[in-house]
Amino acid sequence: MPSLGSIRRSFTPWDDPGAKPYISFQNVTKRFGSFVAVENLSLDVYEREFFSLLGPSGCGKTTLLRMLAGFEEPTEGELFLDGQPLKGVPPHKRPVNMMFQSYALFPHMSVADNIAFGLKQDGMEKAARDERVQQMLKLVKLEEFARRKPHQLSGGQRQRVALARSVAKRPKLLILDEPLGALDKKLREETQFELMDLQQELGLTFMIVTHDQEEAMTMSDRIAVMDKGIIVQTGTPVEIYEAPNSRYVADFIGSVNTLEGKVESSNGDRVVLDGPDGKITGALREAAINKGATAWFAIRPEKIGISRTRPEGAVNAFEGEVWDIAYLGDMTVLNVKLGSGAVVQAAMLNRFRLVEEPIGYDERVWLTFGAESGIVLDR
Amino acid sequence: MNIVSAIKARLVIIVPYIWLLFFFLLPFLLVLKIALSDLEYGQPPYAPQFSFSDGWGEFWSKLTSLDLENFIFLIGDSLYINSYLSSLQIAFVSTVLTLLIGFPLAYGMARAPDGLRPILLMLVILPFWTSFLIRVYAWIGILKQEGLLNQLLLWLGLIHTPLEILSTNKAVYIGIIYSYLPFMVLPIYSTLEKMDESLVEAARDLGCTRIGAFWKVTARLAVPGILAGCLLVFIPAVGEFVIPDLLGGSGTLMIGKTLWIEFFNNSDWTVASALAIILLIVLVVPIVWFQNAQARATEQSR
Repeated sequence: MPSLGSIRRSFTPWDDPGAKPYISFQNVTKRFGSFVAVENLSLDVYEREFFSLLGPSGCGKTTLLRMLAGFEEPTEGELFLDGQPLKGVPPHKRPVNMMFQSYALFPHMSVADNIAFGLKQDGMEKAARDERVQQMLKLVKLEEFARRKPHQLSGGQRQRVALARSVAKRPKLLILDEPLGALDKKLREETQFELMDLQQELGLTFMIVTHDQEEAMTMSDRIAVMDKGIIVQTGTPVEIYEAPNSRYVADFIGSVNTLEGKVESSNGDRVVLDGPDGKITGALREAAINKGATAWFAIRPEKIGISRTRPEGAVNAFEGEVWDIAYLGDMTVLNVKLGSGAVVQAAMLNRFRLVEEPIGYDERVWLTFGAESGIVLDR
Repeated sequence: MNIVSAIKARLVIIVPYIWLLFFFLLPFLLVLKIALSDLEYGQPPYAPQFSFSDGWGEFWSKLTSLDLENFIFLIGDSLYINSYLSSLQIAFVSTVLTLLIGFPLAYGMARAPDGLRPILLMLVILPFWTSFLIRVYAWIGILKQEGLLNQLLLWLGLIHTPLEILSTNKAVYIGIIYSYLPFMVLPIYSTLEKMDESLVEAARDLGCTRIGAFWKVTARLAVPGILAGCLLVFIPAVGEFVIPDLLGGSGTLMIGKTLWIEFFNNSDWTVASALAIILLIVLVVPIVWFQNAQARATEQSR
C-alpha cells in the first residue's frame, strides 16, 4: 500500500488544536449495577480517522462502542457526534452503523436482502436500492452469492456480507466490533488491507474494537489502549510501540523486557537506574522523575545487540547465559539469563543464510543497547 | 461389508416402523373395520365379526358386507357436522388465545437472566406433576357460581352478581388454555432462547424501531416455534373430551363428547368408530402441513 502510506502520513488532525473532533466522549462513565465498565473517559476521534480500541476482554471497549451505537446510554458524561449530543437518540436515528462480532446476519434473508434491509427501512426506492445492493456486492466481491442464505456461505464470505450491510446506508461512522475475530490468520491479514482500502474509498470514519494488537497496528491511524474501563494511552501505532507510557501498554503491544531499578540520577532526558545487574542508562518519557523512586527500563527484544565479547563504548552492557533459543526463520529469539536471574529476550535478524558459528545454548554472551533504544517508565 | 452395514442401517429403521405397525396401524385398521360394520345388539355390538375358524367363502361374504353406511349416516345428520365444526372453532379460538398468552410468557422467559431461566422453566412444567383430571376438577371449584373467582370479584366489588362461567363455552376455553399453555410456551421459548440477540440490535442499528425489529426479526424467527406450539395445542384440543365434559355445559358441542355419548350412552360402536376415523382425517391434514413447514424451516435455518 505505498499510496496509502503517503496519504496517511499527512493525516494528523489530532495534532491540530483547531480541528473539530467528529466523535467526542466527555467524562463518560458507564456502570452496570456495581460494575464500572467505563470510568470517567474522555476521547476525541476525528473525521476519516481509522481509530482502534485495544484491550483485553472486559476492559470496556465494547461498551464504548455500544454507547456510540445507542444500545447503551452513559451513566454519566456526554457523547457528541459531529457536534450533536447523542443523549436519548435511539439507535435507528443515529448516522452510525455497526458491524457485529457475530456478524448478526438475518438467517431468514438472502445475502441481497440482508444488504438491502437498512435501505428498505429508509424507504429507498426499489430501483435505487437494487443498484446500491449491486454496488455493495461488487465492493465485497460477492456478486454471485446474492441469492444465497447466510448459512450457505463460508466465514469469510459472511464477514463480507456483514461489512457490505453495514456500509450500504453510507453511514458517516462505521463501528466494528472485533470484525476479524472469527477469521483464520491468513484471511484476517488479507481482510485487514481490504478494510483499509474500503475506509479510504468511502471516506468513512472507522471505530474498531479489537484485542489483536497486530491488527490494530496494521490498520489504525491511532490506537487507544484500554484497561479496566480507562484509556491508558492514546497514540499512533509508532507512539504506542516506541514510546509506551506504562509497562501495561508496553507489554500489551509486542514483546518487551522490563528491568527494574532505583533512580540514581536524572540529567535532562537521561536517567540512570541502579538495578540488580548494574546501572542502566535510558531515555525518560515523563517530564521528571524523583531520585530514589522505583522505575522500569523497557526495551524491545529487536533493539538489543548480542555479541560474544563486550563491545567497546556501549552505554549499557550486561553479561548473561543463553537459556533458550527460538529460531523463527526471519529472526532468532534468544532468552538470556542475567546474573540476578532476570531473563532478557533479545531478537537477532537472520540477515545471512549461513552463519559459521551460531550462538548456542549455555554460551555466555553480552547484551548491549543504547540509551535511546529503551525508555524509562515510572509505572 | 457394505451389504452388512446397509442391512444394519435398515434394521435400525425397522424398529420405529414395527412400533407404528402395532400401535398405530393395527389399532387404526381395527377401528376402521368397526366403522365399516353394522350395528347389532350383542356383545360386541356390531357385525360382522371375523374369526380364524372362518372358511374362505365365509370370510369373503363377511368382507363384502362392510360398507360406508355409518359415514353416510354421519354426513346426513347435522349434529355430527356441527360437532366437528364447533370443535374446530373452539380449538382454533383456544389456540389463538393460548398463543397470545404464551408468546409474551415465552419471550419473557427467554429474556430473563440466565440464573432465573431454569426456575421459570420449572414453573411452566410444574402443573404436569398433578394429574390432568384433578387440575380440571379444580377449575370447577374456581369457576362455579359460589367459587373462588366469583367470591374474589364480589369481595373486590367489581361485580354485584356472580358471573356464570362454569357450564359455558367460556369455561371450556379457560380449561383448554390453562391445560395446553405449556405446550405453547415451550417450543416458542426454545426458538427464542436460541436466537442471537445481536440480530435485534442489528435490525435497530439498520433503522428499525424497537417494535419494527421485533416483528421483522424476533417474531419472524420464532415462526417455527409458534407453528409447533399452535399444532401441539390445536390438535389435542379438537378431540378434547375431559374439559368440555367437566367444565362445559349442555350447549357445549365437541366431537370428543359426541363420540363418548355414541360409544357409552348409545352403545353404538360403529358410529363412534366412524366419528374417530373422520376426526383422524381432519387432524392428519394440519399435521402433514406442519411437517412440511418444519422441513422448510430446518432447511432455512441450517
